[in-house]
Amino acid sequence: MTITRRGFLGALGIAGAASTLPGNAQAWQSKAPPDPFGCLVDLTRCVGCRKCEQACNEVNELPEPAVKFDDLTVLDAKRRPDQDAFTVINRYYTGRIDDRDKLVPTYVKVQCMHCQDPACVSACITGALTKKENGAVHYDVDKCIGCRYCMAACPFEIPAYEYDRPIWPRVRKCTFCFERISKEGGKPGCASICPVEAITFGKRSELLRLAKNRIESDPGKYVDHVYGEHEVGGTSWLYISGVDFRKVGFQELPDRPMPQTTETIQSALFSYLWSPLALFGVLGAVMGVTSRKHDKEDGHDA
Amino acid sequence: MTHKPQPVDRPFWTPGVLVMLALMIAAGVTLVIRYTYGLAAVTNLSNHYPWGIWIGLDVASGVALAAGGFTTAFLSHILGRRYYEAVTRPALLSAALGYTFVALAVTFDVGRSWAIWKPVFYQNHTSALFEVAMCVMAYVTVLWIEFIPVLAERLGGKIRLLAYLDRILDRTMWVFIILGVVLSCMHQSSLGTLMVIAPTKTSPLWATPLQPLLFLTSAFAVGYPMVVVETTLATSSLRLESEMNVLSPLSRITILLLGVYMALKLGDLISRGAYATLLDGSAQSNSFMVEVGLGVILPWIMLLFPAVRRSRRWLFIAALLIVSGVMLNRFNVFVVSFKAPYATHPYYPAIGEILVTAGAVATIFFLYRLIVTWFPVLSAQPQEVSRDQA
Ligand code: SF4
Ligand code: SF4
Ligand code: SF4
Repeated sequence: MTITRRGFLGALGIAGAASTLPGNAQAWQSKAPPDPFGCLVDLTRCVGCRKCEQACNEVNELPEPAVKFDDLTVLDAKRRPDQDAFTVINRYYTGRIDDRDKLVPTYVKVQCMHCQDPACVSACITGALTKKENGAVHYDVDKCIGCRYCMAACPFEIPAYEYDRPIWPRVRKCTFCFERISKEGGKPGCASICPVEAITFGKRSELLRLAKNRIESDPGKYVDHVYGEHEVGGTSWLYISGVDFRKVGFQELPDRPMPQTTETIQSALFSYLWSPLALFGVLGAVMGVTSRKHDKEDGHDA
Repeated sequence: MTHKPQPVDRPFWTPGVLVMLALMIAAGVTLVIRYTYGLAAVTNLSNHYPWGIWIGLDVASGVALAAGGFTTAFLSHILGRRYYEAVTRPALLSAALGYTFVALAVTFDVGRSWAIWKPVFYQNHTSALFEVAMCVMAYVTVLWIEFIPVLAERLGGKIRLLAYLDRILDRTMWVFIILGVVLSCMHQSSLGTLMVIAPTKTSPLWATPLQPLLFLTSAFAVGYPMVVVETTLATSSLRLESEMNVLSPLSRITILLLGVYMALKLGDLISRGAYATLLDGSAQSNSFMVEVGLGVILPWIMLLFPAVRRSRRWLFIAALLIVSGVMLNRFNVFVVSFKAPYATHPYYPAIGEILVTAGAVATIFFLYRLIVTWFPVLSAQPQEVSRDQA
């Protein structure tokens, strides 16, 4: 393999340029929209009627469920949202009893949290998932390649996949009824149907105020925590509860946005491609020196 | 080295090759089912466990094990230690084959195989996976470009295009050689960044922001052991001279490289206090102990002994331990470490997943065998017949 050395000067030039590029370790910046919509779920109000599941099914044109929405026996087992159901209600007994000594259930609605700095969005290889100004984490099926990195990344284990479709499987999750809430006065299907107003739709900032008001005005009824205010850097969906969140299926999660570490690493290493260019320059220089040496020594080298 | 690379003069159809063929057919059938009925029909993947062994082994371990390509290229072409050129061609070939199959494995795993090209146009620069994908695509191309001179040596007379490309490459090859090393460093480390985004879903034994550095240094460390393993396998199955004169010095460099990786790995474990979970008897901690104990510490100590480095058998064993250790590390990070908070069952690979993986490995061996039979890749001389029995 003959190697000429003319190009090495060029390589060195690139290396020089690379080293003058702006510093690599810019502080990480949240890309969360400042005033998105959100939903506040009040677990003390939810009666487990599954009307939200039904509304979600209708507005998103999901397939007919195996068990009818008015059949409450499905609550006997824990479920997760999946490719055919973007939201599910689970029932928990935490040991609380009412005046007549009967166990009081807590119902928990589960769907995508529409994180403020979503791991799924940061991870998605093609940018098929995006966080919209209005708060929705939106999925564009035309860009998706089905790598499922979003699923591996999501701390809430939300995105589901159509594993049984051979050709065009899709990632499926709560859409935050993106089309509906993009219209003036539009509400998500689930929020608009709830008969007991367990789900309140509105601006996230107002929902936080509302949540804290409810907690403050009835401290005996609520635990002092708005789930989603700080978890993973904040989510558009917020919850307040009368029982410890950990007892009703919520995880204890850090306040750091999930993408912070990886995005810091990625931009430190690759902003302006400075590190690959610098490495290219250094290797080029080394190669130039060694091949020159070899040209001199040629003869007793081989 | 006075030996020049040359085609291997041995019969091609051996029982081993037939076994490979059978595995390839089984994998092919599985893939037909996968593309007829979907991933669910042949894998145990679920909404809880989106990634299985096709990503954890075929892709992640595959990428790591192809590190022999860029580490030998660095040594012999960039540092100019031409003494090692005897092993660069086989390492180049296995890297080219390895990466080609990594790319294929990804294609089978993604749900929308027909859309696999989309990241080229829809780019998400915050995604470590995007970085890995771009580098691997570019590197596969670079590897096959680097392989053109080998093809041209044999076919240049018949295919004019090859001879023409070979002439151009004479002058530009240095760019591709350096590019290959740069791309390798980039994606080897980014592969380690992938799971850093899910610290709450992975075991603390592996959940560290240092993961990209650990992946990079372990790729450095596994490069030459991989060359030892594949050279030993090739020379003994093709009954060629053993090339220990090249492999022994390579293993001395490995002491340093593996040592750096070991220091980082243990230092990280201690500084994060993650060793606290080591003795809890869980599958994760056991797998971690095997990975580090048998895959890093033991072979490192073995290599310290000159007798090990000089013995063909013991060097092969030490190298195999390192190679398995890095393979297990990738598997651990992507599969064993992964904790799905709401899963009710653990993930085990389905028969279909295992068949495809085995088929892919068989195809790589098959093609390697085919190419060294026809093209000048291996430099080792055939053994004397009298030494066959030895
Ligand atoms: S809950 Fe999961 S899927 Fe939903 S926005 Fe957050 S990271 Fe994405
Ligand atoms: S599966 Fe689709 S949406 Fe999810 S990360 Fe991959 S390309 Fe993005
Ligand atoms: S916001 Fe829309 S998609 Fe999401 S759970 Fe409610 S109805 Fe379903």
